[in-house]
Amino acid sequence: MSTFKYSPENEAKFQEYVSRYPKIDSCMLPALWLVQEQEGWVSPESMVYVADKIGKTPIQVYEVATFYTMFNLKPIGKHHIELCKTISCMLCGSRELKKHIKDTLGIDAGQTSQDGLFTLSEVECLGACGGAPMFALNGVYHEKLTIEKVDKLIKECKNDN
Amino acid sequence: MITKIVSKNFDIPDSHKLEVALANGRYSSIDKLFTMTPDEVTAEVTASGLRGKGGGGAACGPKWELMPKNDPRPAYLIVNGDESEPGTFKDRQIFQYDPHLLIEGIICTCYAINAHHAYIYIRGEYKFFIDRLNVAIKEAYQAGIIGDKIMNKYDFKVDITVHRGGGAYICGEKSALIESLEGKRGHPRLKPHGKECEWFFDNPATVNNVETIASVPNIVENGAIGYTKYGTEKSPGTMLFAISGPVKNPGVYEMAYGNKMIDFLNILGGGMIEGKKLKAIIPGGSSCPILTADEVQKAVLDYESMWDIGSTLGTGGMIVIDEDTSMVDVAKNIIEFYHHESCGQCTPCREGTGWIDKILKKVLNGDASNEDLKTILDVCDTMNGKTVCVFAPAVKDIISSIVKKFPQEFKTYLKN
Repeated sequence: MSTFKYSPENEAKFQEYVSRYPKIDSCMLPALWLVQEQEGWVSPESMVYVADKIGKTPIQVYEVATFYTMFNLKPIGKHHIELCKTISCMLCGSRELKKHIKDTLGIDAGQTSQDGLFTLSEVECLGACGGAPMFALNGVYHEKLTIEKVDKLIKECKNDN
Repeated sequence: MITKIVSKNFDIPDSHKLEVALANGRYSSIDKLFTMTPDEVTAEVTASGLRGKGGGGAACGPKWELMPKNDPRPAYLIVNGDESEPGTFKDRQIFQYDPHLLIEGIICTCYAINAHHAYIYIRGEYKFFIDRLNVAIKEAYQAGIIGDKIMNKYDFKVDITVHRGGGAYICGEKSALIESLEGKRGHPRLKPHGKECEWFFDNPATVNNVETIASVPNIVENGAIGYTKYGTEKSPGTMLFAISGPVKNPGVYEMAYGNKMIDFLNILGGGMIEGKKLKAIIPGGSSCPILTADEVQKAVLDYESMWDIGSTLGTGGMIVIDEDTSMVDVAKNIIEFYHHESCGQCTPCREGTGWIDKILKKVLNGDASNEDLKTILDVCDTMNGKTVCVFAPAVKDIISSIVKKFPQEFKTYLKN
């Protein structure tokens, strides 16, 4: 039996999604998003729960959750930095930014800081090429970044703790 | 140089709010829409020559005509807002600054194809834009603009649902998008032999790009003739062109088709940033064959002109590359993207992107020989036209164009 369960709010949201599609199959991604919003990541238990909700087998949910890069398959830090590494950002200095973030936080791409505060991910094009270089911090876009702006944002995250 | 049809309201403060949108002409096409029959709307869009703005440039009206007539199954409109092509960041401007234009376009299109539910599939990273669009949709429901009736008076039902993607470039491919919308991995489907509509749970569906749909209200309101007065004969109208890289004014600018690329770079893009010189431009998202600085001088921004010089207009998102950048570096960065994003369904693509990535790493490390460069082109050839979707041919287009147009740069990295 799965130990995961939607909060009452998310259960209501899930039911709203169910009413919006011709077949419940379409609720796969919405259901996984609700899990991630609630838990911060998508655990194997939650996948069993989602499978049960939408009438799929756990492996079918696992297949989908592992295909899409945005689903965190293990817990991540409190603040998630997703640094764009693709061409326009590279041309405008994303490598320098990466080095700076690495030096400042002591973590490489794919790692979480020991205090659990930060996870750094290098990601492919986020569709903000006109604002290169950029990263998403906890899902919020920060564009035309400079070392100073990055330092300020990291400081704000630390103070927020 | 700027011609505003879709971006007309972008600069108006609070243009995303219903009240402001209504005061600035939004939903003004709807009264005229319902004086026309659905077939008349489609005919007008066909006559306007409106082409898909998502990259392919296929004619929009003829696509709508593929929807089966008198079919008992419900029809669906699916709006493609996956926008993941590197160098492309135009649809987000519509979500952010004029979401009601998109809703208006959806009403017009649903009426034309007799669909009562539209799904807007948006890349998962666009959380801010998804939230903003959802607020606009809620406003439209509450005001009775959409729902069981249109504008509280027209007896036509339109529901709109935003579907958030999970981070997968391939879901911008229309059949992969539908697979994803059906709750599966985003694997493109085999294409039918003849022309037919798309199928969403075996129900007829049309997939159109966000900007394409946002172009429809103007055509309904002002007729095909109001659209064809802009642009060229075969590429009528306007497009949201984007420019990024080391230029002074990167951004999105709406222009009629037919402007010179170099003028776009120098006038709206503001030219190269201080001390940088132009080396090359990837014209319409990273999947289009690259243009050298000399080719840029003669490039004209419409579909036919770009084909004539051996590239494509794609999404209209230009990536500008300066003299100080190594083209091997550029090729490596681009192949990393495609290697990561290949859906893995077809062997030539799944393996080919990985092989090229490995060989380019070898080149950068100074361990490669001339033979390796030939292997890159061989792998490109194996990827071209042998897969389910156009992902692999696009990789061939960009990688082989870089290797062929800048051979000297690759040679300086070779051993011996």
